[in-house]
Amino acid sequence: MATQQELAIEARGLVKHFTSGKTTTKAVDGIDLAVPEGTVYGVLGPNGAGKTTAVRMLATLLRPDAGTARVLGHDVLTDADAVRSVVGLTGQYASVDEDLTGTENLVMLARLYGFTGSRAKGRAGQLLDAFGLADAGSRQVKTYSGGMRRRIDLAASLVMSPKVLFLDEPTTGLDPRSRNQVWDIVRVLVADGATVLLTTQYLEEADQLADRIAVIDHGKVIAEGTATELKRSVGEGAVHLRVADSADRARAAELVEQVLGTEVTLAPDPYALAARVPDDGAVDVGRLLPTLADAGITVPEFSLGQPSLDEVFLALTGQPTDDITEEVA
Amino acid sequence: MATQTTTELDTTPEASKLRAAIALDDRPSRPSPVSATLTFTWRALLKIKHVPEQLFDVTLTPIIFTLMFTYLFGGALAGDVTTYLQYLLPGILVQTVLFTTVYTGYTLNTDITKGVFDRFRSLPIWRPAPIVGALIGDTVRYTIASVITLALGLALGFRPDGGVVGVVLGVLLLLVFAFALSWIFTILGLLLRTPNAVMGTSMLVLMPLTFASNIFVDPSTMPALLQRWVDINPVSHLATAVRGLMGGTTSFDQIGWVLIAAVGLTIVFAPITMRLYRNRS
Ligand SMILES: Nc1ncnc2c1ncn2[C@@H]1O[C@H](COP(=O)(O)OP(=O)(O)OP(=O)(O)O)[C@@H](O)[C@H]1O
Ligand SMILES: [Mg+2]
Repeated sequence: MATQQELAIEARGLVKHFTSGKTTTKAVDGIDLAVPEGTVYGVLGPNGAGKTTAVRMLATLLRPDAGTARVLGHDVLTDADAVRSVVGLTGQYASVDEDLTGTENLVMLARLYGFTGSRAKGRAGQLLDAFGLADAGSRQVKTYSGGMRRRIDLAASLVMSPKVLFLDEPTTGLDPRSRNQVWDIVRVLVADGATVLLTTQYLEEADQLADRIAVIDHGKVIAEGTATELKRSVGEGAVHLRVADSADRARAAELVEQVLGTEVTLAPDPYALAARVPDDGAVDVGRLLPTLADAGITVPEFSLGQPSLDEVFLALTGQPTDDITEEVA
Repeated sequence: MATQTTTELDTTPEASKLRAAIALDDRPSRPSPVSATLTFTWRALLKIKHVPEQLFDVTLTPIIFTLMFTYLFGGALAGDVTTYLQYLLPGILVQTVLFTTVYTGYTLNTDITKGVFDRFRSLPIWRPAPIVGALIGDTVRYTIASVITLALGLALGFRPDGGVVGVVLGVLLLLVFAFALSWIFTILGLLLRTPNAVMGTSMLVLMPLTFASNIFVDPSTMPALLQRWVDINPVSHLATAVRGLMGGTTSFDQIGWVLIAAVGLTIVFAPITMRLYRNRS
């Protein structure tokens, strides 16, 4: 997947500090990013990590204190207009005019991108229809539900079909169905060749959508890679199994230990057992089930889990985390 | 898992509509500065259409000002109301329109706090377009305020010797000056944190400009220091020129001074506005 490709977004040493009075907030404190073209890049971080600040610098809305950034080869400082004509931005907070109707908002943006007269109206209509807002087009945006607002916001960012799209927490506050719609939109966009950089606080979202993820905290990238790499970097996965007959558990534990070479933990539940999977890649976990079957042990439930991104995240940001908890993938 | 599942989307009608919308083959070229600016003016007019309440102030203030000052001062200052009205009405017109300009900064600040401006700033358009477009849209408000003030004035006995042409030219000159003065309020709109702070501070700027002027009374009775300020106050020159145009006694330097002041305000404050707008975080 992530082979050597052209970079759509490239940032080196981006810094932005905010000073108010005596306190200085190091909102972004030296961030490097490399986002290959045609991929989804997730920027994951807790509240105040600096996600919005980073996105605003990349979208030419905020001047970095230091560092450089290029979007499709255009420098965000010296060639801002070129950047602006290839990027779309959906900010964290609604960035359409609430007093205007959905149609008026899109017609206005279409005109600002250079569509004239009936073409501007046509483009607005096409987008409203594509985003399931055709019926709401003549209503003021302030009457829209949260999910509809997000969609009109997204539609507004797509008026010019940007080659690079920044989405700042696109699904925060959405119900699962609206969230899935947003995800589908992102997938369609990327399938069409666009590059999407999205920030999120939800690990599941990064896991579902992003080809690569940067975890940021206190304005710094603290880990970067694919979801799998990140999970592997924090340590081992685990297998969890249940036997049909509790009398078989001891024998099963022996066999699991033989195959995996790691210690087995016996859960309080007399049917359940779990074991770590070493992360050296040398163990064939697939041999477990045939081995148990050969021994005549029935295994009604088996799961192989990597640590969840939640665990990765907590481990990386240094916040207290429980011991590897049950994770049914 | 991070495996892409795009293939299953291909068949749904939603996805194909989206695809069609995204696959934009025929990209227009950037709009001209004029067309971008006029789009923002169109937006300002749409907002008046959707939120007509914002015209309450614009319609009520002139009515209250005209009635109040005419009857409050009319008898005392000029002996009778009709005589005073000939002097006062052009001044009230100036005051009313200038007070309306504070909404410029207020609206701009509201846009910024709501995040709409982020989107505008991320567009590849002529940078001043959102602000200039909004200022042009505001002249609609000034015009409404002017028409109401004049209509009421005429009903109360204002009889401009300059005729229709003089009155129209007076209003136009006022609009030009109001447009130039608005750049001060756009600065406040960009600098301050909340729309209400913008409103309050703008009023502080306006008070000495309008009250310490020759809008209400002839300055010859004022203390010397105040007179000196009134003489250099551009609003006094504006009121004099509007009076001149409406009364048919105008001179070129009266109008010239106002235009110079308007150009001066724009040259100084428009670039500051644009600088703040560019760097606003
Ligand atoms: N304009 C500003 N002035 C002062 N401080 C700011 C400004 N913008 C952001 N900050 C501070 O910078 C830090 C990073 O903010 P930022 O909005 O980038 O975080 P975030 O990762 O987007 O958080 P969230 O998940 O809550 O949206 C915060 O401490 C914030 O208070
Ligand atoms: Mg944010």
